Amino acid sequence: MNKNITVRYFAGFREHAGVGEEAVSLSAATAGDVYELLKHRHGSQEPLGHCKVAINDEMADWNTPINDGDTVLLFPPVAGG
Amino acid sequence: MRISNSAIEPDRLRQLLTGDAAGACVAFEGWIRNENEGQEVLRLEYEIYEPLAVKEGEKIIGEARAKYPILQADCVHREGLLEIGECAVWVGVTSAHRDEAFAACRFIIDEVKVRLPIWKKEYYVNGDSGWVNCERCAMHAQPERKVAGDSNVRKQRVVS
Repeated sequence: MNKNITVRYFAGFREHAGVGEEAVSLSAATAGDVYELLKHRHGSQEPLGHCKVAINDEMADWNTPINDGDTVLLFPPVAGG
Repeated sequence: MRISNSAIEPDRLRQLLTGDAAGACVAFEGWIRNENEGQEVLRLEYEIYEPLAVKEGEKIIGEARAKYPILQADCVHREGLLEIGECAVWVGVTSAHRDEAFAACRFIIDEVKVRLPIWKKEYYVNGDSGWVNCERCAMHAQPERKVAGDSNVRKQRVVS
């Protein structure tokens, strides 16, 4: 069953998608599914392990289940400092 | 942990750490340099997701406090456009003795580099630009993790 979620893109992901945020309906069980199903939007070929995800402003794992109404934040590989 | 869109002032930040029990103060400043991977860099742009960067930064400082007997610790990271020579990140730690201040400062900067939602875009002299990801930093934080390939720094080219 599809989940209605909000997805937020950052840095290179946002530039590729052309938007910082969008509402999507996806057949996704986990955060990792969201990343895989939206590859055409964020454009990343990076393995999951190089990227990070947050759900509703909490850092999450790619195995974290997705619920209807969640906001999923997709982070490209970070480079602080 | 704080995100700043104006110049970091290390002297002022260090003064905020003073305390009579402190016998050591170790501070780290990360500066913008003019070269990366053989390319001449003009300037950098940091993008930060502040709510989570602050939350995760506070968590890292808390972990440093649990791990080392330190007195005070603070970290400030810049966002926005930075020119060569500017201070991009500052970490300061005080403790009774120097060993734990050095260790905690190193721990904090290494974790900040690999855990905070911060992205760095380099603008090159040749007009090109690219988002940077530093796996060398990840190796410092997780020394057991080996990264394949000769290059430690990977770039995601921006096609515009």
